[in-house]
Parts: sequence; C-alpha cells; structure tokens
Amino acid sequence: MTTILENVNAKAIQLGIPLGVHLDVTWRCNERCVHCYLDHDDQGELSYDEIEGLLVQMADAGVFLLTISGGEPMLRKDIFPIIRRARELTFNVKLKTNAILIKEKEAALIRSLGVDTVQISVYSHRPEVHDAITKVPGSLKRTISAIRFLVAQNLKVTIANVIMKQTRYDYSGVQALAAELGANFTIDPTITPHINGDRSLLALNVSREDLRDIMNDKTIAGQTEDQFVAVAPGSDEDDLDNIPCSAGHSAAYVSPYGDVYPCVQFPLPSGNVRQQKFIDIWKYSPQLEEVRSIRTRDLPVCSTCVHSSGCTRCPGLAYMEGNMRGPSTADCEKSFARTGIPSANMLLRGVSQKADS
Amino acid sequence: MSDMKTSEVYIKPSRDIAARMMADEMVIMSVRNSRVFSLNPTASRIWSAADGATPLREIVARTLVSEFEVDADTAYRDAVELVEELAQEGILLLADHPIGPEAG
Repeated sequence: MTTILENVNAKAIQLGIPLGVHLDVTWRCNERCVHCYLDHDDQGELSYDEIEGLLVQMADAGVFLLTISGGEPMLRKDIFPIIRRARELTFNVKLKTNAILIKEKEAALIRSLGVDTVQISVYSHRPEVHDAITKVPGSLKRTISAIRFLVAQNLKVTIANVIMKQTRYDYSGVQALAAELGANFTIDPTITPHINGDRSLLALNVSREDLRDIMNDKTIAGQTEDQFVAVAPGSDEDDLDNIPCSAGHSAAYVSPYGDVYPCVQFPLPSGNVRQQKFIDIWKYSPQLEEVRSIRTRDLPVCSTCVHSSGCTRCPGLAYMEGNMRGPSTADCEKSFARTGIPSANMLLRGVSQKADS
Repeated sequence: MSDMKTSEVYIKPSRDIAARMMADEMVIMSVRNSRVFSLNPTASRIWSAADGATPLREIVARTLVSEFEVDADTAYRDAVELVEELAQEGILLLADHPIGPEAG
C-alpha cells in the first residue's frame, strides 16, 4: 500500500524538491566506534548563525524531513537552539545520537521542542560487546538510561542495531532489549567505507552465510533497513526507467563544514553552502544533475540483473566502489542472501568470491 | 466551546506538528503519532492563514469567498467542518477566543 509520505516523496521527486535533508552538525564524537566512517577532528564546523541561515534556506527550498546527526550532535553546545530553530521553521526533526549525554533534563527538552523521533545505536545488549565497539566503558549503561528518560517523555525512540562480525549473534538480544524499553527496533547489515575512501572497515561485514541467515530470519522480518524480498522479481521495461534511489532527487546531505552531497552514504562533493545558496546547489550543481540523470537502464551491469527491480542498490556505495553507475557489491550480497540467486555482478566476478571481505 | 455556527472561531496549528507547503498542498505530520496529512489547495489556504488571531469567518471571506466566488455561508460551513476534523486529529487548535503564541 502506498502511504501519504510515499506519495509526497513521489511528488517531491517530480517537482525537484529536496524533501529530506540529513544534516550532520558535527563530526566530533564522544565514542570511537570501530566501524565509524567519519573523521572526528573538527575542521571548521558551521557556526550557529550559519546553520540558522541554512535552516531558513532549506525551509524555503521545501525541505520537510530533517535528520540532525553527527558525529555526536549533543556535543554541540548550541544543539538545543539549533533544534528549536528547526522546529520553529516546522521541520519534522529526527535526532540521531548515541544518547550518552542525555539525562532527564535533556529528554524533557527534546520532548518539549517537538522532535519526532530519536534514533540511537545499540550494538549489543551485552555491555562488554557494545562498549568494546564504542571504546567507551559504561556506554551501554548510559545509553540505556537515556532511552528510559526519552521513552518516559513519550518520545518515539528507535534502536538501530548495526550488524557486524562482533554483533552477529546479538540482534535478538537487542530486539528484546528494545521491547523491554518500549523502543522501536531496526537492524542495518551495511558497513560503510570510510568517507576518505578507505575500504578496510568492510572487513567488519558478516560472512555471506551469516548474512543469509540474518536476512531470512522471520523474527526480524520487516525490521531491517532493507525490505525483505522472498523471490527476486523479474525486471521489465518500466522498471528500467526507475530512478535508482532518492539521493539527489528528493534527498540530500550537508556536512558540518557545509559540503553538500546527494546522501550521507554518497560522498560526491556537489557544492558548499558557505559559497552558494543551498537551493542553487540543489538545482544547478553539475554533480547532482548527473546523479539525477541516471536511470536503471543506464547501469551497465545492474540493468541486466534479475534483481534490478527488487534490489536495494545504493548508488553511494557504488560510487565508493569507483563508479556511481556500477553495482554496489554490498547490495548484491544482500539480494543473494535474501533469494539465493546471484546478481549479474556476482556472476561476472565469480559468485564464490565475496568482494571486500 | 460554544456553537461554532454563531460564535467566532479562531484556529492555530498545534506546536506538535511539522508542516511544509509543497506546490499548492500543505503536508503536515503529527509529531505525536507520525500520521501524515496532505491538505488540498483550499484547505491549505485556510491552514496557512491560521494565525490564532484572525477569525475563521474572516479567513474564509478573504481567502476563499473573494477569490473563488463561492457562497459565503456554504464556504464557512465547509471550513468549520474541516477545522473540526483537523482539531480532532490533534494538529489544529480551535477556540472561541484568540489563541496566543504560547498555546499549543
């Protein structure tokens, strides 16, 4: 069934409106997660005044869904004025945080400002595993305490569980923890290369066999970031005219330094809001225009793939593999894990070889 | 609240909403329950004028009756029905007196 929001997104794409923006207000962080793809040194973050001006520009451009994230956004001393201004401009605000700085007072403030959802990463229900990933002793305890404060404020909290080798067997425990805390639960089996291009983080990905077991675990059906597809649907001519993803079409990303990308997972520099107005970058950036020009039929390998219409192919991950029109190997693996049918890319490369592992 | 057909009605968006005009339709999301609403162009005009200070009858006269040449009583009756529905959804405040900026 098509939801109103899906219809709104389709209309945004048709009208060229940046419906959703992910804004990282800092890349600094108080955790040092082993899989993190960001560089935490401050290289000159946007000031409050710059962010305030950007928020006004984004509201004028039609941005509606605003994700405020980092790094750890709560490290900014002006995070609440930023959220307050975003809410005054009637953005729907989603806050992504590790929550370890959120106590009762902060939870009440987040509620009073009308934040829609708070998404918090929990890697394991076992403190020794979670804390080893964040490299902060006691971090799970503090995160759980914060979730209790937030839920007590009737805020919607989503626990996001990133699956990697260290957490392979823990998602059921995290799911049970989320239920006990009154939080929603989602899993994400995608490890992203470092934003500087270093792909060594991909070694944290679970094995192909583990991915298959996880993707076919009925107890978490519907709770992954990706849709479960039992059998790969065949592609037809209409599917080949589809856009591969909403990145650059109705979604964009802005870094703490004002750089605009099509998506947080698609680090294609497309302009900087310190030099140009957001709307001018959105409308006229040659990079975004190129992203917007691509249809499934323009993907030399993926357009021939049996999974082309059901695949969650991420153009950003493909870009980080070297070609935004190429396959995203991580998504080939997911399609294969769901269905047992190798992708065109896997057949080309030899299905027994798992890239990047 | 007293009878809306006879008394003045004041309307103001709840603070617990997110809203954005997209072309000529207002998209609204309730922060309380994440429900999404899409108002048609006429309803969007009423929503955009809902400042808590202007009586609904005046909003209707200014935005609908004069522009679309519709019957004033019919337009007002339809508008009352609309704002009652939106108030029931918790996304619009409704009162028989002006609504201040602190409300919501």
